[in-house]
Amino acid sequence: MENITTLTSEQITKDLMPQQFGRNGKIWVAILVLICLIGAYAYYLQLKDGLIVTNMRDYVSWGIYISNFVFFVAISLVGSLITAVFRLANVEWSTPLTRIAEIIAVSAITFASLIIIVDMGRPERLLNLFAYGRIQSPIMWDVIVITTYLFISILLLYIPLLPDLKIMGEQDTKGPKWLKKFYRFLGSFWKGNPAQEKISNKSITILCILIIPVAFCIHTVTSWLFATTYRPGWDSTNFGAYFISGAFLVGAGAVVTAMFVVRKMYSLEKYITEEHFDKMGKIVVLLALLYLYFNVNEYLVPAFKMKKAEEGHLDELFTGQFAPLFWFAILVGMVIPILVLVTKKGRKPLPMFITGIMVVVGAWFKRYLIVTPTLLHPFLPMTNVPENFKHYFPSWEEWAIALGSLSGALLIITFFVRIFPIIPIQETITQQNEKATS
Amino acid sequence: MNEHTSTSRRDFLLAGFATAAAVGCSDSTNPFTPEMAVAPSGEKVKLLSVTGEIIEVDKAFLKPVPDVPQLSNAEERKGIPGKKFVMVIDLARCKNLRKCQSACNHMHRVHSGQNWIKVLSMQDGEHTAPYWQPTTCMHCDEPPCVKVCPVDATFKRQDGLVLIDSDRCIGCRFCMAACPYSTRVFNWGDPGVTADVADQHYSCETSMPQKKGTVGKCDFCPDMTRRNELPHCVSACPNGVFFFGDMNEDSVSNGAETFRFSDLIKDKAGYRLMEDLGTKPSVYYLPPVNRNFPYESGL
Repeated sequence: MENITTLTSEQITKDLMPQQFGRNGKIWVAILVLICLIGAYAYYLQLKDGLIVTNMRDYVSWGIYISNFVFFVAISLVGSLITAVFRLANVEWSTPLTRIAEIIAVSAITFASLIIIVDMGRPERLLNLFAYGRIQSPIMWDVIVITTYLFISILLLYIPLLPDLKIMGEQDTKGPKWLKKFYRFLGSFWKGNPAQEKISNKSITILCILIIPVAFCIHTVTSWLFATTYRPGWDSTNFGAYFISGAFLVGAGAVVTAMFVVRKMYSLEKYITEEHFDKMGKIVVLLALLYLYFNVNEYLVPAFKMKKAEEGHLDELFTGQFAPLFWFAILVGMVIPILVLVTKKGRKPLPMFITGIMVVVGAWFKRYLIVTPTLLHPFLPMTNVPENFKHYFPSWEEWAIALGSLSGALLIITFFVRIFPIIPIQETITQQNEKATS
Repeated sequence: MNEHTSTSRRDFLLAGFATAAAVGCSDSTNPFTPEMAVAPSGEKVKLLSVTGEIIEVDKAFLKPVPDVPQLSNAEERKGIPGKKFVMVIDLARCKNLRKCQSACNHMHRVHSGQNWIKVLSMQDGEHTAPYWQPTTCMHCDEPPCVKVCPVDATFKRQDGLVLIDSDRCIGCRFCMAACPYSTRVFNWGDPGVTADVADQHYSCETSMPQKKGTVGKCDFCPDMTRRNELPHCVSACPNGVFFFGDMNEDSVSNGAETFRFSDLIKDKAGYRLMEDLGTKPSVYYLPPVNRNFPYESGL
């Protein structure tokens, strides 16, 4: 932090301006667009022929679309953690990370809504939810809280952006004209006078308080889509807390990964310092321990009793066909990150980046393990059905759509970083001035 | 020319009445009002008139009855007043013939490979006796599927039936995840029904025609019940495994035998599946004791 205080506002503004894509940036965007297009083509096939193009069948009626949905909802929770919880707790060092967290939240929750529509057998009947909606159904609760969360997240991204939009609009850079117009369109009413600032600060505080219960709701309700059924592996009162702790972990992992990339690409070493990595590392350890604790609850308690219905499911996870994936998710997603990040050396940027990726990848497979194995263990035996109903491995269309949605989310983040300052300019300047005067 | 027209009009009217009588349609509006002049083909068809005479009508004047739903969606959702349907399945009589299954699949045009009725080979414990257990939809009184449906596409009627409105189903499959009996099937692709069935108006009571991207399941054949007939599985079973009836009348029948429902359950110690889940099924099982067939005969 000390090195920031030596910078002038002009220097900060110049450093934090969004920059054009370099060669790597262009390749990155091209790859993401390509994956998105393949996903869009796969979805076209699915619209044409129906969900038959997937490998979901009557027993495994929810597959990677739903686990991907849970993953997106999970990762979006980080917006509320970094922005809201840290802000309300007066954690000052988190300022450069708030916008990274918030754009991850917005893009993830957007794609969560899209992927759930992809999973519908009749997407054209989406409006039936409003025409005939039954408030008793957990799906309706999810629709309500996810929409609310999306809007609050967008506002939490937008309002702190206003002072920066003014700076961007006033800058005489060589950037394209439409971009300037776009900045002015978004924020021309912002004059930056004390009255406006007062309203803005108040709104942000209110939104920060609002978003915490809504964030808890989105993931608790998502966990209830499973926990309100009778099935072994889902029928658990632990599920809400289990999902939320896992969500904070994967979100923190995603922020760590993103801050490493942004820092490297934009050379922001002065703003996202090693100290930030160190602090985020400690948070990841805490969250991973918390998630591990809930995992022990979730698996050890039923495994101790080994009720008949649970037995097949747990055997399959611990030693059966899902065992490699299960232990991968536990080790790579939780245990190894904890072991690496408890050491001071482990919290340097590069090892942090690698563990961040491990946490995110482990978390994605963890969601798959929550959804699918349970469905392969119904109460009554699986008979009188074709052989392929008894197994599940996603078809290429499912992979393409799932990867396409992940690429889409990354694409939103990438374009946001290209167009807007990813580290709040005005806030950084204000914070530095406060430091200088104190 | 003039004479010819008047003849054909008479022919036409006759055809109208006769066909209306043949399909038992008592609508006051005549669905056979000609939209365009029809030229007689010369080919005659024999029909039975209202008065019982055999009459001849030119084939060109015959038109299919337009697809009019017999019952409105609101009536189908309400159910048959005063009824509470119940099924009793006698496990001592089942030898896995699966005539129930094939009749059901045929009558409901279930997609090949999928079944609304499954006959499961059950063995509860290591040293307990194996037996055959046909499973239908349990038509629970606390249906988990209805609880979770976001759009009221699956609903509980006053006569106890749990039915599906495939015109409203959004295909989220939450009901499939919620059902502990795994009774529901999904039309993942085109349901593969013939064009004449596919063009019909969807009825919650026949569950036909099945639609792509929606869920399906056993419906206890309320269309048969309205005609005072037994569901297809009941009448198809040669061993009389299935009994169907009305709890309010306290009687169940498999076609050949009729029992007082309460006596049957009392005498044979009837039970329901997964009572501990609190779903309160409408299907009762009679335990596989004093069996008509050994388990092995069904293998």
